[in-house]
Amino acid sequence: MDSAAPVMTEFVLNGTAVGIRTYPGERLSQALRERLGARDVKVGCDAGDCGACTVLVDGEPYCACLMAAQQVAGRRVETAGGLTADDPAGRRLAERFQDTGAAQCGICTPGMLVSAVALLRVNASPDEAEVQDALGGVLCRCTGYRKIIEAVCRVGAALGTEGRVGDAIRRVDGLAKVSGTELFGDDVAPPGTLEIRVIRSPCPHAAFAFGDLAAFRAEHPGIAAVLTAADVPGLNRFGVIPDFADQPVFAEKAARFRGEAVAAVVATPEAMRAFDAADFPVAWSELPHVATLAGAEADTAPQLHEGRAGNVMCGGFVACGDVAAALAGADVTVEGSFETGFVEHAYIEPEAGFARMVGGRLEIHACTQAPVMDLDALAAILGMDRAAIRIVPTAVGGGFGSKLDISVQPYLALGALVTGRPVRLTYSRSESMRSTTKRHPASMTVRIGARRDGRLQGIDFQGDFNTGAYASWGPTVANRVPVHASGPYRVADYRARARAIHTHCPPSGAFRGFGVPQAAIALESLLDELADRLGMDALDFRVLNALDNGQPTVCGQVFRQGVGIKPCLEALRPAWVRERQAAEAFNASTGPLRRGVGIAAGWYGCGNTSLPNPSTIKSGIRADGSVVLHQGAMDIGQGANTVITQIFATALGVPVGAVTRIGADTDVTPDAGKTSASRQTYVSGNAAMLSGKALRAAILQRVNASDAAVLSFGPGVIEVADMGRNHRIDLGRLVADAEGYVLRAEQTYDPPTSALDPNGQGEPYAQFGYASHLAVVEVDMALGTVRPIRFIAAHDVGRAINPMLIEGQVHGGIAQGLGMALMEEFVPSRTENLHDYLIPTIGDIPPIETIIVEEADAHGPFGAKGLGEHVLIPTAPAILNAIRRAAGVRMTRVPVTPARLRAAIGRKG
Amino acid sequence: MGYFAPATVDDALAVLAAGDVVIVAGGTDIFPALGRRAPGGGLLDVTRIAGLRGIARADAGWRIGAATRWRDVIDAPLPPAFDALKQAGREVGSVQIQNAGTVAGNICNASPAADGVPPLLALDAVVEIASLKGPRRVPLASFITGVRRVDLRPGEIVTALHVPEVSGASHSHFVKLGSRRYLVISIAMVAVLLRLEQGLIAEARVAVGACAPVALRLTALEAALCGVDPARMRAPELFSAAQLAPLRPIDDVRASAAYRQEAAAELCRRAVMAAAAKAAAHG
Repeated sequence: MDSAAPVMTEFVLNGTAVGIRTYPGERLSQALRERLGARDVKVGCDAGDCGACTVLVDGEPYCACLMAAQQVAGRRVETAGGLTADDPAGRRLAERFQDTGAAQCGICTPGMLVSAVALLRVNASPDEAEVQDALGGVLCRCTGYRKIIEAVCRVGAALGTEGRVGDAIRRVDGLAKVSGTELFGDDVAPPGTLEIRVIRSPCPHAAFAFGDLAAFRAEHPGIAAVLTAADVPGLNRFGVIPDFADQPVFAEKAARFRGEAVAAVVATPEAMRAFDAADFPVAWSELPHVATLAGAEADTAPQLHEGRAGNVMCGGFVACGDVAAALAGADVTVEGSFETGFVEHAYIEPEAGFARMVGGRLEIHACTQAPVMDLDALAAILGMDRAAIRIVPTAVGGGFGSKLDISVQPYLALGALVTGRPVRLTYSRSESMRSTTKRHPASMTVRIGARRDGRLQGIDFQGDFNTGAYASWGPTVANRVPVHASGPYRVADYRARARAIHTHCPPSGAFRGFGVPQAAIALESLLDELADRLGMDALDFRVLNALDNGQPTVCGQVFRQGVGIKPCLEALRPAWVRERQAAEAFNASTGPLRRGVGIAAGWYGCGNTSLPNPSTIKSGIRADGSVVLHQGAMDIGQGANTVITQIFATALGVPVGAVTRIGADTDVTPDAGKTSASRQTYVSGNAAMLSGKALRAAILQRVNASDAAVLSFGPGVIEVADMGRNHRIDLGRLVADAEGYVLRAEQTYDPPTSALDPNGQGEPYAQFGYASHLAVVEVDMALGTVRPIRFIAAHDVGRAINPMLIEGQVHGGIAQGLGMALMEEFVPSRTENLHDYLIPTIGDIPPIETIIVEEADAHGPFGAKGLGEHVLIPTAPAILNAIRRAAGVRMTRVPVTPARLRAAIGRKG
Repeated sequence: MGYFAPATVDDALAVLAAGDVVIVAGGTDIFPALGRRAPGGGLLDVTRIAGLRGIARADAGWRIGAATRWRDVIDAPLPPAFDALKQAGREVGSVQIQNAGTVAGNICNASPAADGVPPLLALDAVVEIASLKGPRRVPLASFITGVRRVDLRPGEIVTALHVPEVSGASHSHFVKLGSRRYLVISIAMVAVLLRLEQGLIAEARVAVGACAPVALRLTALEAALCGVDPARMRAPELFSAAQLAPLRPIDDVRASAAYRQEAAAELCRRAVMAAAAKAAAHG
């Protein structure tokens, strides 16, 4: 019988005998990561809900977070790192995952790969269903799973490596992601680093008072510091939009949402293990709260912020023509009200980071979408000179908008400053879900009119958005929605009003689409109804009204080129005909299943709305002949590292493999802006193109070569072949600058936009991207369940820089749109984990056909447009329209859970 | 505090008697509940106890050792009456959870949505309990007494489940309703075990989970199904409100009570039809 702690446990890890002393019941995941350095084992939930930490124990997959380390005594443990190095199936999968694009952010990839190895050892050629069963225990939020299935089923060919614009190449950072060597927010801190635990409000609205904090600290010897608002040296307030900054690092006197931080404890790992947040000396007294839009607007509602009367934070407005007259004169009008709930980003990597003092400067290593915004926020919070702070982003295990806001950063900074020692902080899954931003719940009412001939005549949109307790990106949602709520259609008479309203809920912020996906649900649902009322085909109706080159948008902006919605819609036509026939044939059978086909369209402006939005890309050549690209556009899984490198390499005239990449780091890499608003391919891509061209020009100028010249780089030399002549630049003879560059180029691009007037008229974006989706669903009429059968997605990307990565974005966006339509709803205090909050699994995403449309854009690099957010805008309304065709009921609230759909079917009778 | 991995039931009982230990097997419920805290007391790991894992013929029936994992159930050669249990096993979480989680853990955790309970109820399973005072047996139906509550006293440990002899002609089926394909907590689920004679239902056992504090058998429905032709499952007198009256579903984030009540009837019907089809196919 084993005895008391600490326990010696011996086992075999990746073929090597190891022995570790662990405390009783220490999770295997923890022991592997912290005691054996196996940080290829990623942790996403500590509850068996996500499977990221999957390892093989005696050949079988287990969640390492659900085992005591002692349970593997005498057994064999294999991890992604070991399997991709030594196992034949693991090595093959590592190649296949890269060739198919099965890894995006890479945080779930080790779990996927380990699970797949276990399958392939017993079944060398599994079919799709077998892969789904084997990998069903690992959640992925980026890929939409289809490419993972392809990788395991060994579909598809190996990719080339040249990497010119237009080539599908592997991700340049793919190997680290599949082998698990990629370092995410929790993977940087050395073992034994001081840990931070944040104390959070258990109530949606509560006053609080601390007990004797000094005594508490004295009673707990391992605690190095207790932090509260009193420890914030600068401004105890932050916000991504300076005019609206309203969120405290630590609440003072009262907390405005469940999960709001009031204090933090910094302690040794040993002390933290014994620490129970319930023992922290704070007394709560609950105050009245409002959770809903209706509640927040009531006369008696508690007011969240001074100066925001009626809890209205802000609004957005766009109007053109005379919508009232147009609707009054319309031959047909339809009207509907729609509701959506909170949606959680549910990236598999919780917010995490590490901080330390280096030579009197503060250094933060954390996952982020916006390193320079983090720097600005910390400078204000800490009252420090910007030059004294360095942000070194780690790899990001998914972001989708929420990692634009700071989360762990101020606690890390304060912890390092106050203790003078390195500190780490990783949010628990429930802490991440309680405290970070969400997609805004929306309550929308829309009226649309049309003439008998099918032309739209007036759209009137009103939407209220639950922005939670603090501003975050609420103003952006309020501004973006009215610009986009018309959809990509020509309508002369339009009015759209959006408001962001405070409640005692977690802050709503940025989430892939900034409110536009919600608005699209309302618009595209009603367009189907309108087409029916007119007796028109739903696709023909959309094509008839689709915006075209030379026609003004609802903001009065006229694009002379690049409007790609019609080709996107027409691309669906063959499937629209075929799938409806197939559904009709299917529905001729008896039984409870009914199939339906739905379509929807979307558009999305790339970059900030009417605001400066520059990106800067620096590149240089070292004396040794290496080409260096400072790539500061955060890759959060979407592939910026690869796309920006492809654009730069093509502009310079070298293969991607010739480029050495230096990532975001506020000390050495210029600001490429935040990864949001689908702007990196477009904006940073332009900066990369300009940087590549400028570097090329500098080289050509040295030897007076023409732009047709071919460059090749050797050790210490550049060879320039031009019009039959070969020039040689001996780099050793050039003077290197302080950074070691003998040639360099730094270029900035800022999209040309103009301000919007009070009616929202102006030029909000330099380019839009366009999309249309077709969904086929099967409804179980008796149970109200919906099973998507397939998707066809057409996307106008201007120019496909990397078609494989584009497919990855489309798949992932559809998976998130499907989740929003059918299963995802965050309810504070009820769904703060990944088993009550459901995101799609590998068994929920059907085959997806991606149609790439290339209507080149005059502003885009090589004609390219942004894509990231466009992809989920049409998904949910396409599903809702398909449900309506299948079941005969219009669902006006998402998610369409089985209970809600069954109730609607029952009401219809 | 300590970590104990005894090799015999007697040693395990001695550890239990010494107090302040939590029994751990697959860890699939213990670790999520711990969050970031270290275990408060000691851990008693029962997975290394000889004879506690595996399924064997015993006492005119089958004995499922308490540390038998769902993976072991799925892989075991068992008669068709156990099909529903195997189907349920495949629906427990994911492959990872099935490799770790045990049958006894599933019943001792006593979640109203435990996937294993309805098929075990349909098999008339009996819980075998050991303590220093000696063994006792309790029918599963009375072992689980409420939400997260079981009839297990201090010093006691579940050592096995016994399934009494069941006809080789009995067939079973399990259906689970959730909002996604894998890793999903049931909205409702049904296990049915039945036997046909001359094409008619001769015996039916119907158990429903996630529709009451404790999964339960619908005895009135079972009685009504006897003697009925499986082709007549849409008959209005079947799956009636009265036959489903013992269900007491709740509203929660997964579904409304009204929906659960309605869906349970449909799931019962489909499970009976599927089990009958299996029985008919095996003639």
